[in-house]
Amino acid sequence: MHFEFKVEGGNFSKAGAASSEVKKILKQLNVDPKIIKRIVVALYEAEVNIVAHAYNGIIYVDINTKEIKTQLIDEGPGIPDIQLAMQKGFSTASPEVREMGFGAGMGLANMESNSDVLI
Amino acid sequence: MTDIPHFHHALKIKDDLCIGCSHCMAVCPTEALRIKGGKARLNDNRCVDCGECFKACPVSAIIIEHDDFNKIFEFTYRIALVPAIFIGQFPDGASIRQIYSILMEKGFTHIFEVEQGVEVLIEAMNEKIRSESTIKPLISSFCPAIIRLIQVKFPALVENILLLKPPLDISALYCKKQLMDSGVPESEIGIFYITPCAAKIAAVKSPVGDDTSPITGVINMDFIFNKTYRSLKHSSTDTCQIPLNKPLTGKALRWSLTDGEADNLEGSSLAIDEIHNVIEFLEKIENDEITDVDFLELRACDESCAGGVLTTANRFLAARRLKHRAEEKNLDDDFSEKETDISDYKSYLNQHITIGEVKPRSMMKLDENMSEAMKKMDKANELIKQLPQVDCSVCGTPNCAALAEDIVQGKAKLNQCIFIQKKLEQKGKLPPQKSIDIIKEIWGNNKLENNI
Repeated sequence: MHFEFKVEGGNFSKAGAASSEVKKILKQLNVDPKIIKRIVVALYEAEVNIVAHAYNGIIYVDINTKEIKTQLIDEGPGIPDIQLAMQKGFSTASPEVREMGFGAGMGLANMESNSDVLI
Repeated sequence: MTDIPHFHHALKIKDDLCIGCSHCMAVCPTEALRIKGGKARLNDNRCVDCGECFKACPVSAIIIEHDDFNKIFEFTYRIALVPAIFIGQFPDGASIRQIYSILMEKGFTHIFEVEQGVEVLIEAMNEKIRSESTIKPLISSFCPAIIRLIQVKFPALVENILLLKPPLDISALYCKKQLMDSGVPESEIGIFYITPCAAKIAAVKSPVGDDTSPITGVINMDFIFNKTYRSLKHSSTDTCQIPLNKPLTGKALRWSLTDGEADNLEGSSLAIDEIHNVIEFLEKIENDEITDVDFLELRACDESCAGGVLTTANRFLAARRLKHRAEEKNLDDDFSEKETDISDYKSYLNQHITIGEVKPRSMMKLDENMSEAMKKMDKANELIKQLPQVDCSVCGTPNCAALAEDIVQGKAKLNQCIFIQKKLEQKGKLPPQKSIDIIKEIWGNNKLENNI
Protein backbone atom coordinates (compact mmCIF):
# COMPACT_ATOMS: atom_id res chain seq x y z
CA MET A 1 0.00 0.00 0.00
CA HIS A 2 1.20 3.46 -0.80
CA PHE A 3 0.48 6.72 1.00
CA GLU A 4 1.68 10.28 0.50
CA PHE A 5 1.61 13.21 2.90
CA LYS A 6 2.61 16.78 2.21
CA VAL A 7 4.58 18.60 4.89
CA GLU A 8 4.71 22.36 5.15
CA GLY A 9 8.06 23.83 6.23
CA GLY A 10 7.91 26.24 9.15
CA ASN A 11 4.39 25.34 10.30
CA PHE A 12 5.00 23.83 13.71
CA SER A 13 1.32 23.68 14.63
CA LYS A 14 0.86 20.98 11.97
CA ALA A 15 4.09 19.13 12.76
CA GLY A 16 3.27 15.50 13.51
CA ALA A 17 0.02 15.34 11.56
CA ALA A 18 1.41 12.92 8.97
CA SER A 19 2.96 10.72 11.68
CA SER A 20 -0.38 10.54 13.45
CA GLU A 21 -2.09 9.48 10.21
CA VAL A 22 0.50 6.78 9.61
CA LYS A 23 0.10 5.60 13.19
CA LYS A 24 -3.65 5.22 12.71
CA ILE A 25 -3.13 3.25 9.50
CA LEU A 26 -0.64 0.90 11.14
CA LYS A 27 -3.01 0.28 14.04
CA GLN A 28 -5.79 -0.57 11.60
CA LEU A 29 -3.45 -2.99 9.85
CA ASN A 30 -2.83 -4.77 13.18
CA VAL A 31 0.92 -4.13 13.12
CA ASP A 32 2.63 -5.05 16.41
CA PRO A 33 2.36 -2.05 18.79
CA LYS A 34 6.11 -2.18 19.48
CA ILE A 35 6.89 -1.88 15.77
CA ILE A 36 4.36 0.92 15.36
CA LYS A 37 6.03 2.80 18.16
CA ARG A 38 9.47 2.58 16.54
CA ILE A 39 8.19 3.65 13.14
CA VAL A 40 6.18 6.53 14.48
CA VAL A 41 8.99 7.83 16.68
CA ALA A 42 11.41 7.77 13.73
CA LEU A 43 8.87 9.25 11.36
CA TYR A 44 7.81 11.98 13.76
CA GLU A 45 11.43 13.05 14.21
CA ALA A 46 11.89 13.17 10.47
CA GLU A 47 8.64 15.04 9.91
CA VAL A 48 9.58 17.67 12.48
CA ASN A 49 12.95 18.00 10.79
CA ILE A 50 11.25 18.93 7.53
CA VAL A 51 9.11 21.48 9.35
CA ALA A 52 12.10 22.89 11.21
CA HIS A 53 14.64 23.03 8.39
CA ALA A 54 13.10 22.61 4.95
CA TYR A 55 10.81 24.77 2.81
CA ASN A 56 8.46 21.90 2.06
CA GLY A 57 8.49 18.14 1.78
CA ILE A 58 6.59 14.97 0.99
CA ILE A 59 6.44 11.79 3.03
CA TYR A 60 5.97 8.57 1.07
CA VAL A 61 4.94 5.49 3.02
CA ASP A 62 4.97 2.02 1.50
CA ILE A 63 3.56 -0.84 3.49
CA ASN A 64 3.53 -4.54 2.81
CA THR A 65 3.44 -7.51 5.16
CA LYS A 66 7.26 -7.80 5.08
CA GLU A 67 8.39 -4.21 5.45
CA ILE A 68 7.31 -0.67 6.12
CA LYS A 69 9.31 1.88 4.19
CA THR A 70 9.09 5.61 4.69
CA GLN A 71 10.75 8.03 2.33
CA LEU A 72 10.98 11.71 3.16
CA ILE A 73 11.90 14.05 0.37
CA ASP A 74 12.25 17.73 1.04
CA GLU A 75 13.50 20.92 -0.52
CA GLY A 76 15.75 22.76 1.84
CA PRO A 77 19.21 24.13 2.49
CA GLY A 78 20.74 20.65 2.88
CA ILE A 79 22.97 19.23 5.62
CA PRO A 80 26.62 20.26 5.15
CA ASP A 81 28.13 17.54 7.37
CA ILE A 82 25.93 14.45 7.73
CA GLN A 83 28.27 12.66 10.16
CA LEU A 84 28.30 15.65 12.47
CA ALA A 85 24.51 15.92 12.27
CA MET A 86 24.13 12.26 13.24
CA GLN A 87 25.90 12.87 16.56
CA LYS A 88 23.74 12.95 19.65
CA GLY A 89 23.21 16.48 20.89
CA PHE A 90 24.42 18.24 17.75
CA SER A 91 21.89 20.92 16.89
CA THR A 92 21.56 23.83 14.51
CA ALA A 93 18.22 24.89 15.94
CA SER A 94 17.68 28.56 16.70
CA PRO A 95 16.73 29.60 20.25
CA GLU A 96 13.14 30.22 19.04
CA VAL A 97 12.83 26.67 17.81
CA ARG A 98 14.35 25.27 21.00
CA GLU A 99 11.85 27.27 23.01
CA MET A 100 9.06 25.36 21.29
CA GLY A 101 10.53 22.10 22.55
CA PHE A 102 12.26 21.12 19.32
CA GLY A 103 15.91 21.05 18.31
CA ALA A 104 17.50 19.08 21.14
CA GLY A 105 19.96 17.48 18.74
CA MET A 106 18.65 13.93 19.14
CA GLY A 107 16.62 13.73 15.95
CA LEU A 108 18.84 11.84 13.54
CA ALA A 109 20.22 9.58 16.27
CA ASN A 110 16.68 8.69 17.37
CA MET A 111 15.68 8.02 13.79
CA GLU A 112 18.60 5.68 13.40
CA SER A 113 17.90 3.76 16.59
CA ASN A 114 14.24 3.32 15.67
CA SER A 115 14.85 2.15 12.12
CA ASP A 116 16.08 -1.23 10.91
CA VAL A 117 17.71 0.48 7.95
CA LEU A 118 18.31 4.22 7.62
CA ILE A 119 19.47 5.41 4.23
CA MET B 1 -12.55 -11.77 13.21
CA THR B 2 -14.89 -12.78 15.97
CA ASP B 3 -15.97 -10.41 18.68
CA ILE B 4 -15.28 -12.23 21.91
CA PRO B 5 -16.39 -10.18 24.91
CA HIS B 6 -13.25 -9.45 26.90
CA PHE B 7 -14.78 -8.22 30.09
CA HIS B 8 -17.67 -7.14 32.19
CA HIS B 9 -19.35 -3.82 31.47
CA ALA B 10 -21.41 -1.99 34.03
CA LEU B 11 -23.09 0.10 31.33
CA LYS B 12 -26.21 -1.57 29.98
CA ILE B 13 -28.71 -0.37 27.41
CA LYS B 14 -32.35 -0.99 28.34
CA ASP B 15 -33.95 -1.87 25.01
CA ASP B 16 -37.46 -1.17 26.29
CA LEU B 17 -36.48 2.41 27.15
CA CYS B 18 -34.08 3.19 24.28
CA ILE B 19 -35.69 5.44 21.66
CA GLY B 20 -32.81 5.10 19.20
CA CYS B 21 -32.00 8.81 19.23
CA SER B 22 -28.26 8.22 18.66
CA HIS B 23 -27.13 10.84 21.19
CA CYS B 24 -24.96 8.19 22.84
CA MET B 25 -23.38 7.19 19.54
CA ALA B 26 -22.41 10.79 18.86
CA VAL B 27 -20.47 11.18 22.12
CA CYS B 28 -18.76 7.78 22.44
CA PRO B 29 -15.00 8.45 22.36
CA THR B 30 -14.16 4.93 21.14
CA GLU B 31 -16.96 4.67 18.54
CA ALA B 32 -18.36 1.64 20.38
CA LEU B 33 -22.02 2.37 19.58
CA ARG B 34 -24.21 1.81 16.52
CA ILE B 35 -27.96 2.07 15.90
CA LYS B 36 -29.79 -1.00 14.64
CA GLY B 37 -33.50 -1.79 14.71
CA GLY B 38 -34.17 1.54 16.40
CA LYS B 39 -31.96 0.71 19.38
CA ALA B 40 -28.43 1.60 20.43
CA ARG B 41 -26.06 -1.37 20.20
CA LEU B 42 -22.82 -1.56 22.17
CA ASN B 43 -19.65 -3.23 20.92
CA ASP B 44 -18.34 -4.69 24.17
CA ASN B 45 -14.77 -4.88 22.94
CA ARG B 46 -14.53 -1.19 22.22
CA CYS B 47 -16.35 0.13 25.30
CA VAL B 48 -14.08 1.47 28.05
CA ASP B 49 -16.90 2.23 30.53
CA CYS B 50 -16.23 5.96 30.53
CA GLY B 51 -19.94 6.75 30.93
CA GLU B 52 -20.20 9.49 28.28
CA CYS B 53 -23.21 7.67 26.77
CA PHE B 54 -24.88 7.49 30.19
CA LYS B 55 -24.62 11.26 30.49
CA ALA B 56 -25.91 11.87 26.96
CA CYS B 57 -28.98 9.61 27.08
CA PRO B 58 -32.12 11.80 27.26
CA VAL B 59 -34.43 9.00 28.40
CA SER B 60 -32.24 7.22 30.98
CA ALA B 61 -32.16 4.08 28.86
CA ILE B 62 -28.50 3.52 29.69
CA ILE B 63 -28.06 2.26 33.20
CA ILE B 64 -25.11 1.41 35.38
CA GLU B 65 -25.71 -2.04 36.77
CA HIS B 66 -24.66 -2.31 40.39
CA ASP B 67 -25.16 -4.84 43.18
CA ASP B 68 -28.44 -5.07 45.04
CA PHE B 69 -28.09 -3.16 48.30
CA ASN B 70 -29.65 -6.07 50.21
CA LYS B 71 -26.67 -8.19 49.24
CA ILE B 72 -24.80 -6.54 52.12
CA PHE B 73 -27.03 -8.40 54.58
CA GLU B 74 -25.61 -11.73 53.40
CA PHE B 75 -22.58 -10.86 55.52
CA THR B 76 -22.08 -10.45 59.25
CA TYR B 77 -19.36 -7.84 58.70
CA ARG B 78 -20.66 -5.30 56.21
CA ILE B 79 -18.00 -2.81 55.21
CA ALA B 80 -18.76 0.38 53.30
CA LEU B 81 -15.67 1.41 51.35
CA VAL B 82 -16.28 5.11 50.94
CA PRO B 83 -14.33 7.36 48.57
CA ALA B 84 -13.64 10.94 49.71
CA ILE B 85 -15.67 12.22 46.78
CA PHE B 86 -18.78 10.87 48.53
CA ILE B 87 -18.18 13.33 51.37
CA GLY B 88 -17.80 16.07 48.74
CA GLN B 89 -21.42 15.43 47.70
CA PHE B 90 -22.71 16.90 50.96
CA PRO B 91 -22.93 20.55 51.95
CA ASP B 92 -20.10 21.90 54.09
CA GLY B 93 -22.25 21.79 57.23
CA ALA B 94 -22.65 18.01 57.21
CA SER B 95 -20.01 16.37 59.37
CA ILE B 96 -18.23 13.22 58.33
CA ARG B 97 -19.36 11.62 61.58
CA GLN B 98 -22.99 12.41 60.76
CA ILE B 99 -22.70 10.97 57.25
CA TYR B 100 -20.99 7.81 58.44
CA SER B 101 -23.52 7.38 61.24
CA ILE B 102 -26.31 7.35 58.70
CA LEU B 103 -24.47 4.75 56.59
CA MET B 104 -24.27 2.58 59.71
CA GLU B 105 -28.00 3.05 60.32
CA LYS B 106 -28.66 1.82 56.80
CA GLY B 107 -26.98 -1.47 57.62
CA PHE B 108 -23.20 -1.22 57.32
CA THR B 109 -21.17 -2.35 60.32
CA HIS B 110 -17.86 -0.72 59.37
CA ILE B 111 -16.75 2.29 57.36
CA PHE B 112 -13.37 2.42 55.64
CA GLU B 113 -12.18 5.27 53.49
CA VAL B 114 -10.79 4.40 50.06
CA GLU B 115 -8.05 7.01 50.38
CA GLN B 116 -6.60 5.40 53.52
CA GLY B 117 -4.56 3.51 50.93
CA VAL B 118 -2.93 6.67 49.62
CA GLU B 119 -0.34 6.81 52.38
CA VAL B 120 1.12 3.43 51.41
CA LEU B 121 0.73 4.07 47.69
CA ILE B 122 2.60 7.41 47.55
CA GLU B 123 5.81 5.79 48.76
CA ALA B 124 5.58 2.97 46.25
CA MET B 125 4.80 5.40 43.42
CA ASN B 126 7.71 7.67 44.25
CA GLU B 127 10.02 4.69 44.31
CA LYS B 128 8.98 3.76 40.76
CA ILE B 129 9.22 7.36 39.56
CA ARG B 130 12.73 7.69 41.03
CA SER B 131 13.89 4.53 39.28
CA GLU B 132 16.00 5.38 36.24
CA SER B 133 15.26 2.14 34.48
CA THR B 134 11.51 2.54 34.06
CA ILE B 135 9.89 3.79 30.88
CA LYS B 136 8.83 7.42 31.16
CA PRO B 137 6.33 8.96 31.39
CA LEU B 138 4.68 6.56 33.77
CA ILE B 139 0.91 6.59 33.52
CA SER B 140 -1.18 6.30 36.67
CA SER B 141 -3.30 3.18 37.13
CA PHE B 142 -5.88 5.20 39.10
CA CYS B 143 -8.65 5.56 36.50
CA PRO B 144 -9.89 2.23 35.10
CA ALA B 145 -11.52 3.88 32.09
CA ILE B 146 -8.11 5.26 31.09
CA ILE B 147 -6.42 1.87 31.50
CA ARG B 148 -9.00 0.35 29.17
CA LEU B 149 -8.71 3.26 26.76
CA ILE B 150 -4.97 2.63 26.52
CA GLN B 151 -5.54 -1.10 25.96
CA VAL B 152 -7.95 -0.60 23.06
CA LYS B 153 -6.75 2.63 21.45
CA PHE B 154 -3.10 3.09 22.47
CA PRO B 155 -1.79 -0.48 22.74
CA ALA B 156 1.87 0.59 22.54
CA LEU B 157 1.45 2.54 25.77
CA VAL B 158 0.46 -0.36 28.05
CA GLU B 159 4.14 -0.51 28.99
CA ASN B 160 3.92 2.98 30.47
CA ILE B 161 1.22 2.05 32.97
CA LEU B 162 2.47 2.15 36.54
CA LEU B 163 1.69 -1.35 37.76
CA LEU B 164 0.57 -0.45 41.27
CA LYS B 165 -2.86 -0.99 42.76
CA PRO B 166 -5.06 2.09 43.07
CA PRO B 167 -5.97 3.25 46.62
CA LEU B 168 -9.31 1.43 46.36
CA ASP B 169 -7.74 -2.03 46.16
CA ILE B 170 -5.13 -1.22 48.78
CA SER B 171 -7.79 -0.08 51.26
CA ALA B 172 -9.94 -3.11 50.51
CA LEU B 173 -7.00 -5.43 51.22
CA TYR B 174 -6.28 -3.50 54.39
CA CYS B 175 -9.75 -3.69 55.87
CA LYS B 176 -10.12 -7.35 54.98
CA LYS B 177 -6.77 -8.24 56.51
CA GLN B 178 -7.46 -6.17 59.61
CA LEU B 179 -10.75 -7.93 60.24
CA MET B 180 -9.31 -11.36 59.55
CA ASP B 181 -6.46 -10.67 61.97
CA SER B 182 -9.03 -9.93 64.64
CA GLY B 183 -10.46 -13.41 64.11
CA VAL B 184 -13.27 -12.78 61.64
CA PRO B 185 -13.65 -15.56 59.02
CA GLU B 186 -13.22 -14.33 55.45
CA SER B 187 -16.61 -15.69 54.43
CA GLU B 188 -18.36 -13.33 56.85
CA ILE B 189 -16.73 -10.20 55.41
CA GLY B 190 -18.55 -8.26 52.72
CA ILE B 191 -16.70 -5.23 51.33
CA PHE B 192 -18.93 -2.87 49.37
CA TYR B 193 -17.50 0.01 47.41
CA ILE B 194 -19.58 3.12 46.83
CA THR B 195 -18.68 4.07 43.28
CA PRO B 196 -18.81 7.44 41.51
CA CYS B 197 -18.56 5.84 38.04
CA ALA B 198 -19.16 2.81 35.82
CA ALA B 199 -15.50 2.16 35.11
CA LYS B 200 -14.76 1.30 38.74
CA ILE B 201 -17.53 -1.32 38.66
CA ALA B 202 -16.05 -2.89 35.56
CA ALA B 203 -12.63 -2.85 37.23
CA VAL B 204 -13.99 -4.68 40.29
CA LYS B 205 -15.99 -7.23 38.30
CA SER B 206 -13.20 -7.99 35.83
CA PRO B 207 -9.91 -6.55 37.07
CA VAL B 208 -7.18 -5.72 34.57
CA GLY B 209 -3.77 -7.09 35.56
CA ASP B 210 -5.20 -9.08 38.50
CA ASP B 211 -7.26 -12.25 38.71
CA THR B 212 -9.66 -11.24 41.43
CA SER B 213 -10.65 -8.15 43.35
CA PRO B 214 -10.78 -8.05 47.15
CA ILE B 215 -14.06 -6.12 46.84
CA THR B 216 -17.31 -8.08 47.29
CA GLY B 217 -19.76 -5.72 45.65
CA VAL B 218 -20.26 -2.25 44.26
CA ILE B 219 -23.09 0.15 44.92
CA ASN B 220 -23.76 3.26 42.90
CA MET B 221 -23.02 6.52 44.66
CA ASP B 222 -26.23 8.25 43.57
CA PHE B 223 -28.25 5.45 45.19
CA ILE B 224 -26.39 5.69 48.51
CA PHE B 225 -26.41 9.48 48.39
CA ASN B 226 -30.19 9.60 48.03
CA LYS B 227 -30.61 7.17 50.92
CA THR B 228 -28.19 9.15 53.10
CA TYR B 229 -29.15 12.70 52.22
CA ARG B 230 -32.80 12.12 53.01
CA SER B 231 -31.90 10.89 56.49
CA LEU B 232 -29.46 13.73 56.96
CA LYS B 233 -32.25 16.18 56.23
CA HIS B 234 -34.34 14.59 58.97
CA SER B 235 -31.70 14.45 61.70
CA SER B 236 -29.64 17.33 62.92
CA THR B 237 -27.50 15.67 65.57
CA ASP B 238 -24.97 12.89 65.57
CA THR B 239 -26.98 9.85 66.42
CA CYS B 240 -24.23 7.38 67.16
CA GLN B 241 -20.66 7.32 68.26
CA ILE B 242 -18.60 5.14 65.98
CA PRO B 243 -14.91 4.46 66.07
CA LEU B 244 -13.35 5.97 62.98
CA ASN B 245 -10.07 5.58 61.22
CA LYS B 246 -7.40 8.19 61.60
CA PRO B 247 -8.73 11.20 59.63
CA LEU B 248 -7.55 11.31 56.05
CA THR B 249 -4.66 13.64 55.34
CA GLY B 250 -5.17 16.61 53.03
CA LYS B 251 -3.26 14.74 50.32
CA ALA B 252 -5.54 11.73 50.65
CA LEU B 253 -8.72 13.84 50.60
CA ARG B 254 -7.61 15.49 47.35
CA TRP B 255 -6.23 12.32 45.72
CA SER B 256 -9.24 11.64 43.48
CA LEU B 257 -9.46 15.28 42.33
CA THR B 258 -7.51 16.64 39.37
CA ASP B 259 -3.84 17.15 40.38
CA GLY B 260 -4.45 14.95 43.44
CA GLU B 261 -1.69 12.59 42.37
CA ALA B 262 0.41 14.98 40.28
CA ASP B 263 0.81 17.54 43.08
CA ASN B 264 2.00 14.99 45.60
CA LEU B 265 4.61 13.00 43.74
CA GLU B 266 8.29 13.51 43.12
CA GLY B 267 9.65 14.36 39.72
CA SER B 268 7.88 16.23 36.97
CA SER B 269 4.19 15.35 36.88
CA LEU B 270 1.27 16.44 34.78
CA ALA B 271 -2.47 15.96 35.34
CA ILE B 272 -5.02 15.79 32.53
CA ASP B 273 -8.72 15.24 32.99
CA GLU B 274 -11.63 14.57 30.59
CA ILE B 275 -11.35 11.70 28.14
CA HIS B 276 -10.97 13.71 24.91
CA ASN B 277 -8.17 15.75 26.47
CA VAL B 278 -6.54 12.51 27.52
CA ILE B 279 -6.84 11.03 24.01
CA GLU B 280 -5.22 14.13 22.52
CA PHE B 281 -2.32 13.86 24.92
CA LEU B 282 -1.83 10.10 24.53
CA GLU B 283 -1.40 10.69 20.79
CA LYS B 284 1.58 12.88 21.63
CA ILE B 285 3.02 10.36 24.06
CA GLU B 286 2.88 7.73 21.32
CA ASN B 287 5.00 9.91 19.04
CA ASP B 288 7.53 10.37 21.86
CA GLU B 289 6.82 14.09 21.63
CA ILE B 290 6.75 14.50 25.40
CA THR B 291 10.15 13.99 26.95
CA ASP B 292 10.10 16.07 30.12
CA VAL B 293 7.30 14.39 32.09
CA ASP B 294 7.98 11.56 34.55
CA PHE B 295 4.43 10.88 35.64
CA LEU B 296 1.04 11.39 34.06
CA GLU B 297 -2.18 11.51 36.04
CA LEU B 298 -4.95 10.81 33.51
CA ARG B 299 -8.62 10.81 34.44
CA ALA B 300 -11.57 10.11 32.15
CA CYS B 301 -13.97 12.57 33.77
CA ASP B 302 -13.85 16.35 33.71
CA GLU B 303 -12.80 17.42 37.24
CA SER B 304 -11.75 13.77 37.78
CA CYS B 305 -13.91 11.79 40.21
CA ALA B 306 -15.88 14.89 41.20
CA GLY B 307 -17.28 14.62 37.67
CA GLY B 308 -18.05 10.91 37.97
CA VAL B 309 -21.30 10.02 36.22
CA LEU B 310 -22.85 8.70 39.45
CA THR B 311 -22.21 11.80 41.51
CA THR B 312 -25.07 14.09 42.43
CA ALA B 313 -23.38 17.36 43.37
CA ASN B 314 -22.06 19.78 40.77
CA ARG B 315 -18.48 18.69 40.03
CA PHE B 316 -16.92 22.10 40.61
CA LEU B 317 -18.66 22.52 43.95
CA ALA B 318 -17.82 18.99 45.06
CA ALA B 319 -14.16 19.54 44.19
CA ARG B 320 -14.10 22.83 46.08
CA ARG B 321 -15.75 21.30 49.14
CA LEU B 322 -13.16 18.55 49.29
CA LYS B 323 -10.36 21.07 48.93
CA HIS B 324 -11.87 23.05 51.79
CA ARG B 325 -12.03 19.95 53.93
CA ALA B 326 -8.43 19.16 53.03
CA GLU B 327 -7.40 22.61 54.26
CA GLU B 328 -9.49 22.58 57.43
CA LYS B 329 -9.19 19.06 58.72
CA ASN B 330 -10.01 20.25 62.23
CA LEU B 331 -13.70 20.12 61.32
CA ASP B 332 -13.81 16.52 62.44
CA ASP B 333 -11.31 16.58 65.24
CA ASP B 334 -13.47 14.59 67.64
CA PHE B 335 -12.61 11.27 66.05
CA SER B 336 -12.34 8.46 68.55
CA GLU B 337 -9.62 6.68 66.72
CA LYS B 338 -9.45 2.97 66.17
CA GLU B 339 -6.58 1.17 67.81
CA THR B 340 -4.93 0.18 64.53
CA ASP B 341 -4.36 2.13 61.37
CA ILE B 342 -3.12 1.40 57.91
CA SER B 343 0.53 2.12 58.69
CA ASP B 344 0.58 -1.02 60.88
CA TYR B 345 -0.12 -3.01 57.72
CA LYS B 346 2.42 -1.33 55.46
CA SER B 347 4.63 -4.34 54.90
CA TYR B 348 1.68 -6.64 54.19
CA LEU B 349 0.20 -4.15 51.74
CA ASN B 350 3.54 -3.55 50.04
CA GLN B 351 3.77 -7.28 49.35
CA HIS B 352 0.50 -7.08 47.44
CA ILE B 353 0.74 -3.62 45.93
CA THR B 354 1.80 -4.52 42.40
CA ILE B 355 -0.56 -5.59 39.65
CA GLY B 356 0.21 -7.96 36.79
CA GLU B 357 1.03 -6.98 33.24
CA VAL B 358 -1.66 -5.03 31.38
CA LYS B 359 -2.08 -6.56 27.94
CA PRO B 360 -2.90 -4.57 24.81
CA ARG B 361 -6.08 -5.55 22.99
CA SER B 362 -6.27 -3.13 20.13
CA MET B 363 -9.71 -2.63 18.68
CA MET B 364 -8.52 -0.41 15.85
CA LYS B 365 -7.51 -3.31 13.61
CA LEU B 366 -9.55 -4.09 10.51
CA ASP B 367 -8.42 -7.72 10.60
CA GLU B 368 -6.12 -9.96 12.65
CA ASN B 369 -4.21 -10.86 9.52
CA MET B 370 -2.19 -7.98 8.11
CA SER B 371 -2.62 -8.78 4.44
CA GLU B 372 -6.38 -9.16 4.96
CA ALA B 373 -6.37 -5.87 6.86
CA MET B 374 -4.57 -4.22 3.94
CA LYS B 375 -7.22 -5.48 1.50
CA LYS B 376 -9.94 -4.17 3.78
CA MET B 377 -8.23 -0.82 4.15
CA ASP B 378 -7.92 -0.46 0.37
CA LYS B 379 -11.62 -1.23 0.06
CA ALA B 380 -12.55 1.17 2.88
CA ASN B 381 -10.50 3.95 1.26
CA GLU B 382 -12.39 3.39 -2.00
CA LEU B 383 -15.72 3.43 -0.15
CA ILE B 384 -14.91 6.65 1.65
CA LYS B 385 -14.55 8.41 -1.70
CA GLN B 386 -18.16 7.47 -2.47
CA LEU B 387 -19.48 8.67 0.89
CA PRO B 388 -20.53 12.31 1.42
CA GLN B 389 -18.22 13.05 4.38
CA VAL B 390 -20.93 14.91 6.25
CA ASP B 391 -20.99 12.44 9.14
CA CYS B 392 -24.77 12.69 9.42
CA SER B 393 -25.06 9.26 11.14
CA VAL B 394 -28.29 8.41 9.30
CA CYS B 395 -26.60 5.12 8.37
CA GLY B 396 -26.57 4.17 12.07
CA THR B 397 -22.81 4.60 12.50
CA PRO B 398 -21.05 7.62 14.03
CA ASN B 399 -19.44 8.90 10.80
CA CYS B 400 -18.62 8.10 7.17
CA ALA B 401 -15.26 6.53 8.04
CA ALA B 402 -16.92 4.27 10.61
CA LEU B 403 -19.50 3.17 8.01
CA ALA B 404 -16.72 2.33 5.54
CA GLU B 405 -14.90 0.30 8.20
CA ASP B 406 -18.10 -1.47 9.22
CA ILE B 407 -18.83 -2.35 5.58
CA VAL B 408 -15.43 -3.93 4.96
CA GLN B 409 -15.85 -5.93 8.15
CA GLY B 410 -19.22 -7.19 7.00
CA LYS B 411 -21.14 -5.33 9.66
CA ALA B 412 -22.95 -2.82 7.42
CA LYS B 413 -23.97 -2.21 3.82
CA LEU B 414 -23.17 0.75 1.57
CA ASN B 415 -26.85 1.39 0.86
CA GLN B 416 -27.33 2.33 4.52
CA CYS B 417 -25.97 5.72 3.43
CA ILE B 418 -28.86 8.01 2.60
CA PHE B 419 -26.83 9.84 -0.06
CA ILE B 420 -26.03 6.55 -1.78
CA GLN B 421 -29.74 5.68 -1.59
CA LYS B 422 -30.66 8.92 -3.38
CA LYS B 423 -28.18 8.20 -6.15
CA LEU B 424 -29.42 4.63 -6.52
CA GLU B 425 -33.04 5.81 -6.61
CA GLN B 426 -32.19 8.31 -9.33
CA LYS B 427 -30.65 5.53 -11.41
CA GLY B 428 -33.71 3.39 -10.81
CA LYS B 429 -31.65 0.82 -8.92
CA LEU B 430 -33.45 1.21 -5.62
CA PRO B 431 -37.26 1.24 -5.34
CA PRO B 432 -38.58 3.88 -2.87
CA GLN B 433 -40.10 1.17 -0.66
CA LYS B 434 -36.74 -0.58 -0.38
CA SER B 435 -35.03 2.60 0.80
CA ILE B 436 -37.79 3.04 3.41
CA ASP B 437 -37.15 -0.54 4.52
CA ILE B 438 -33.42 0.16 4.90
CA ILE B 439 -34.12 3.20 7.09
CA LYS B 440 -36.55 1.12 9.16
CA GLU B 441 -33.92 -1.57 9.64
CA ILE B 442 -31.62 1.03 11.14
CA TRP B 443 -33.98 3.32 13.00
CA GLY B 444 -36.93 1.03 13.73
CA ASN B 445 -40.47 1.19 12.36
CA ASN B 446 -41.98 4.03 14.34
CA LYS B 447 -39.71 6.86 13.19
CA LEU B 448 -41.33 6.75 9.75
CA GLU B 449 -44.90 6.69 11.04
CA ASN B 450 -47.14 9.73 11.47
CA ASN B 451 -44.83 11.88 9.38
CA ILE B 452 -45.99 14.58 6.95
